[in-house]
Amino acid sequence: MTEPRMIEISPVTRVEGHGKVTIHLDEENRVEEARLHIVEFRGFERFIRGRLMWEVPVIVQRLCGICPVSHHLAAAKAMDMIAGVDELTPTAEKMRRLMHYGQVMQSHVLHFFHLAAPDLLFGFGAPAEKRNIFEVIKEKPELGKRAVLMRKYGQEIIEATAGKKIHGTGAIPGGINRNLTIERRDHFLGSIDMMIEWALDAVKLARDYTQEHEALVAEFGSFPSNYMSLVRESDGALDLYHGSLRALSSTGDLIFDQIPYTRYHELIVEDVRSWSYMKFPFITELGPEAGWYRVGPLARMNTASFIDTPLADKAHAVLKAETGGVPNNSTLANHWARMIEVLHCIEKIRELLNDPDLQGTDLIAEGQRREEGIGVIEAPRGNLIHHYKVDEHDQVTYCNLIVSTTHNNEGMNRAVKDVAVKHLSGQAQITEGMLNHVEVAIRAYDPCLSCATHALGQMPLQVELFDAEGSMVDSRRQSI
Amino acid sequence: MSGTKKETGFSFTIDGVEVTAYAGQTIMEAADEAGVYIPRLCDHQGLRHQGSCRVCTVKAGGRSVAACTQPAAPGQAVENETKHLNKMRRDLVEMLFHEGNHLCPICEASGNCELQAMAYRLDMTETTRFPYLEPCRALDASHPDIALDTNRCISCGRCIRASQDVDGKGIFGYVGRGIHRRVAVNGENLADTDAEVSDHAISREVCPVGCIIRKRVGFVTPIGEREFDNGLIGHEIEEKRK
Repeated sequence: MTEPRMIEISPVTRVEGHGKVTIHLDEENRVEEARLHIVEFRGFERFIRGRLMWEVPVIVQRLCGICPVSHHLAAAKAMDMIAGVDELTPTAEKMRRLMHYGQVMQSHVLHFFHLAAPDLLFGFGAPAEKRNIFEVIKEKPELGKRAVLMRKYGQEIIEATAGKKIHGTGAIPGGINRNLTIERRDHFLGSIDMMIEWALDAVKLARDYTQEHEALVAEFGSFPSNYMSLVRESDGALDLYHGSLRALSSTGDLIFDQIPYTRYHELIVEDVRSWSYMKFPFITELGPEAGWYRVGPLARMNTASFIDTPLADKAHAVLKAETGGVPNNSTLANHWARMIEVLHCIEKIRELLNDPDLQGTDLIAEGQRREEGIGVIEAPRGNLIHHYKVDEHDQVTYCNLIVSTTHNNEGMNRAVKDVAVKHLSGQAQITEGMLNHVEVAIRAYDPCLSCATHALGQMPLQVELFDAEGSMVDSRRQSI
Repeated sequence: MSGTKKETGFSFTIDGVEVTAYAGQTIMEAADEAGVYIPRLCDHQGLRHQGSCRVCTVKAGGRSVAACTQPAAPGQAVENETKHLNKMRRDLVEMLFHEGNHLCPICEASGNCELQAMAYRLDMTETTRFPYLEPCRALDASHPDIALDTNRCISCGRCIRASQDVDGKGIFGYVGRGIHRRVAVNGENLADTDAEVSDHAISREVCPVGCIIRKRVGFVTPIGEREFDNGLIGHEIEEKRK
């Protein structure tokens, strides 16, 4: 018997943003509690107040350097509503969609190949110095090359639509500020077929991993939950840019469906806990205990009735068949879902590049001014809600952001505890490799911790181990 | 007029380049016509010269003078692009950054901003060495079509001169003294004045930064097509010599 202890993992690495994990062990080294703490606070919701409405899509995207396009577009959609524009011009809508598909593609590729692949290829307990993209490039040069070039393709799509690869200005209230030139279109069409082939291979890689590690995937941080996402209005297809809200239970029963996202605040409530800057949303009618839910690629695979691009739809059907059509609850299956979405995005990009509307010149629509706007989008990491109120002087008076990682807060915490109990409980010696298992579970959600807290400043993620009396006995922290 | 000019023309040099000037011309006016760019912020074509920002400081006859107000003189040897002068100009621009709240990444003037463009031209590649004063100035969005974000004001006074001399209105004026000297509106707020979005003082070319904002057109110009996206500030003058 030993003294009760607390382990601290800090920072959690290969995620966006900074946070830490604390694991409390009792006298028998059994895990009593494990939590993911988000130790940042950014305060965007407060300091955006007073700024001018057309500045918002440009300011709030600074929440993140990985998927700024998501914030840019969600805010722009909210500002469309305030500008009284209920329908964009075809060129504006398609340019924004192109930007978004490029963004989701590059973000998913970054996560799968650069952040998660080292765990999947070399094992969760592999030496720390092995678990990085450079080792992936060294051992799998073709895979590494594709990782870099696929991300580059997505980033260049963003640059062509937003003006810059990171933090552009393309979407403005009521539309877009540019179209796609023929030269840029032809540049992208030149390698689109190769991108499709590579995406198909990536889907196969992720699917094979999931199927070959069936037992691990089934137990690793897996548990039933509710799922929520946008789906396309009318037919429930996967739609990453626009749609209405659908939520399913873990068994596939509809909790709500085709609800306009402007009613999000009737459907979900954000709970606050003292030990984290990140809120805990839940579905109002189910309450905080039963109403928590997950969002993201796997959630979308669960909620979407089908995918409207043929190759991704076929891949979606295979994933759905794994669980007989009911929601897939395996945290690690997120990687497979993510690669199906990469394939979908590239198919969508191809479809759009062949659409002459992208060369249209009718870019901005006008409408009757409103004082409130809500924009919702499916960001790479899941559902993203932006809600603003603006006064008669065009100044923001209210802002509420619910980002993907916030939706997943309860799910990530449960995954952390599940993995800690299964892999750390009762161990006399806690190794770095064991702790990486906890990080792998978090990483499967591809969390963006800085987005989730709209955080200010730099605070690293760490893992802490507490004893039964609450004293910290061990901590892991990596300098970044 | 051009005939008269030719009769009274005389020569002087800027960094060894022979420049022709005419009676009554400032060093900057003659330099502009000859395709020699002298950096400036408070001076603007069509507005009376003020000589307050001192970014256009040149050496003439061994003295430091504001090129926008100093008359050109026959045979004078003017120094413009020297290491010493450009360092002094960079210091001035740095101080303007440290006096206000210039957040280029979220400012709709970015790419069209003369302060930002001047910083690039003067190779201000690092954040200012001076402590940021971080003033707290409220945004005036009271006017239906115009907003003022004086966090970005560099007190160049171009709007004051444009409003007084071109628009005949006097919407803007200086208040305070020394470090506290600032541009203010002649009223409780902008809505309390007779400012109109069509005023010359409100036009994009008059305010060199993002202080005077024409509402609901921010970010309409895409990146790549903004004024300074494809050339340093002053390139249009320098191209006259090519």
